Amino acid sequence: MPDRYVLAVDQGTTSTRSLVFDRGGRMVAVRQREHRQHFPRPGWVEHDPMEIWANTRWTADEVLADVGAAGSVVALGIANQRETTVVWDRATGRPVLRALVWQDTRTAELVAELCARPDAELVRERSGMAIAGYFSGPRLRWILEHVPRARERAERGELLFGTMETWLIWNLTGGPEGGRHVTDVTNASRTLLMDVRTCRWDPELLAFFGIPAAMLPEIRPSVGMLGTATALARPLPITGALGDQQAALFGQACFAPGEAKCTYGTGSFLLQNTGTELVRTRSGSISTVAYQLAGEPVRYALEGSVAVAGALVQWLRDGLGLIATAPEVETLARTVEDNGGCYVVPAFSGLLAPHWRGEARGLVAGLTSYVGKGHLARAVLEATGWQTRDVVRAMAADSGLSLPALRVDGGMTTNNLLMQFIADVLDTPVVRPMVGETVSLGAAYAAGLAVGVWSDVEALRRNWHRAAQWTPSAEAARALAAEYPRWERAVQLSIAWGAP
Amino acid sequence: MPGTVQSVERAAAILHVVAAARGALGVTDIAEAVGLAKTTTHGLLRTLLHVGFVEQDRETGRYTVGSGLRRLGTPLDVNEVRSRASNWADALAARSGHTVRLATLAGEEEVVVVHHVFRPDDSAQELEVGVTLPARTTGLGKVLLAHAPDPRTARNGHGGRAAELAEVRARGWAAERGEHEPGRGCIAAPVRGPGGPVVAALGVSGPVTSLFDGRGAPRGLLLGMVTDAAAAVSRELGYGGA
Repeated sequence: MPDRYVLAVDQGTTSTRSLVFDRGGRMVAVRQREHRQHFPRPGWVEHDPMEIWANTRWTADEVLADVGAAGSVVALGIANQRETTVVWDRATGRPVLRALVWQDTRTAELVAELCARPDAELVRERSGMAIAGYFSGPRLRWILEHVPRARERAERGELLFGTMETWLIWNLTGGPEGGRHVTDVTNASRTLLMDVRTCRWDPELLAFFGIPAAMLPEIRPSVGMLGTATALARPLPITGALGDQQAALFGQACFAPGEAKCTYGTGSFLLQNTGTELVRTRSGSISTVAYQLAGEPVRYALEGSVAVAGALVQWLRDGLGLIATAPEVETLARTVEDNGGCYVVPAFSGLLAPHWRGEARGLVAGLTSYVGKGHLARAVLEATGWQTRDVVRAMAADSGLSLPALRVDGGMTTNNLLMQFIADVLDTPVVRPMVGETVSLGAAYAAGLAVGVWSDVEALRRNWHRAAQWTPSAEAARALAAEYPRWERAVQLSIAWGAP
Repeated sequence: MPGTVQSVERAAAILHVVAAARGALGVTDIAEAVGLAKTTTHGLLRTLLHVGFVEQDRETGRYTVGSGLRRLGTPLDVNEVRSRASNWADALAARSGHTVRLATLAGEEEVVVVHHVFRPDDSAQELEVGVTLPARTTGLGKVLLAHAPDPRTARNGHGGRAAELAEVRARGWAAERGEHEPGRGCIAAPVRGPGGPVVAALGVSGPVTSLFDGRGAPRGLLLGMVTDAAAAVSRELGYGGA
């Protein structure tokens, strides 16, 4: 009998990738296509949903052909860029405008208005998250306000709303000819429209944002039958869907309360499993849905999103020209022993978790004539470590859970100086898994679990292997704990600097 | 000008044109600029691509100056090498079940570990990045000595050792069977940068008995995995015009 494989579609911000994994969680084949980024105005970021759908279909069909008879692909799972918003015509399958991407800031004014309403606290109370332009609800409201006749058409059920996984599943399962209009609970939890306890669309939240219920997809568990992808060369059951960061948590096998992962890419995204308990947050982390297996209770997570991590290294390369490639930042940083008293707060467009201060602007603090480019490189890397500490501290205050170890993934994990710094600044071991493709692996795990490729989450846990571990040094941890107030002061300065 | 080699002159002319251009150039543009037939120009460009002096855009087929020329004489950054090697090193560890290490030469007697992937059995292991190892008695060291940029390094030594290094060069891999640590061994292969120089050695380490057969030959499947992974990392670094 041929080996049973699972197909994962990772629909990301810059590209769509289709990957096939075997039962050992090893990648067998991969295809990728980038899509265009549209920037029609400052702060506006759009993707063409038709282009993304075409890329999904192409990469999936190609990768299935690559695998051929080597194994039998039995299920499809989807991980997607979160909070990106699509509205389309149910009859024609044409989007009413391009997708509003999660980085898009056009809803800033709308969000300020919504926040000022006397009943605004309802949103945090019910959805688990404060109103912010980061989430999809305000984007959907913006579309309904700006596209002619959109609201009346939505009320008549002629227009459909979806985040990217909903758009893809609808097209994969037939589009205008009977496509399934469904979303997974993790993606639904990022709209501000869902009651985070019952995991249903909340009528009062819909009224608050002015969203017609007729346009919303059905909320389903992340692991379970979502439909059959009849649009592919070979029909496949779609049995898993997760937002990309939740998929990474799943791919990192963080199934027990307290287990956490952090993905270090352009930004950094830390999620900690809090089990079946929804944590009330007061310290600046977000309570979000981690995943749900069909027939089981929802699992929750705390999330801390940091906008700028690897992007700061890119700035050192492209903005300042101090390095030729991103990995060279470590070489430059190792030319000196310490940061020389220099701190960089990368608040390029405000600060997300745990501060949530959109007005903050970046700064370099502590400059003396002694500080050279090596110190600056070190301060750039340390900024990512300090920000991780900010987030972990906020989560610990909210959940009371200790962090046994931090599982890491993403491009910056090849930077040993940074990984050791994070271990020291958290005083916690930092571990990297053997499979770096945690987002797509998580989608594959979700889909494979539903059809019995893996028996249970314990089987997935056994697939997780440690590729590297950075152990904190007690001495360095003590020194960094003493240094932390300086970083906190730099953060306060960056907030003060940006104040109107 | 007696004694000049025409194709070298032509290649140099092409490099001048490509380097002076604002964007990428197609074969036709380059052929016109240097006054050569398109087929001749194409042949020269293929060779320049192979040695890493030009790069070709996969989609448009147009040429720009390659990283091999931009970095001529400066060694590849080790952190860059680690970053490019990481996925392949992980896959090698996952498939082989052994520890994977990537090393570069540090002087004439030692190598330094620049990347280390744990043996995938979740046992307690310590990250060895930055650790130095003797060059002469380790598989990683033998690969690096055999391809040392200064040929004196490879020749330095007595008959037996010089012969072993010549063999490593010829067959494309090195073996370590308990010379560094009793019972421990390594199979290593060279990683090449743009234009061909060996920039690192990639190897799997483990018990001699699981890496080698009863007659001391590396197990075929394992050797193939190591040389394939080293070739893949070389391509990733731009060797062979990829």
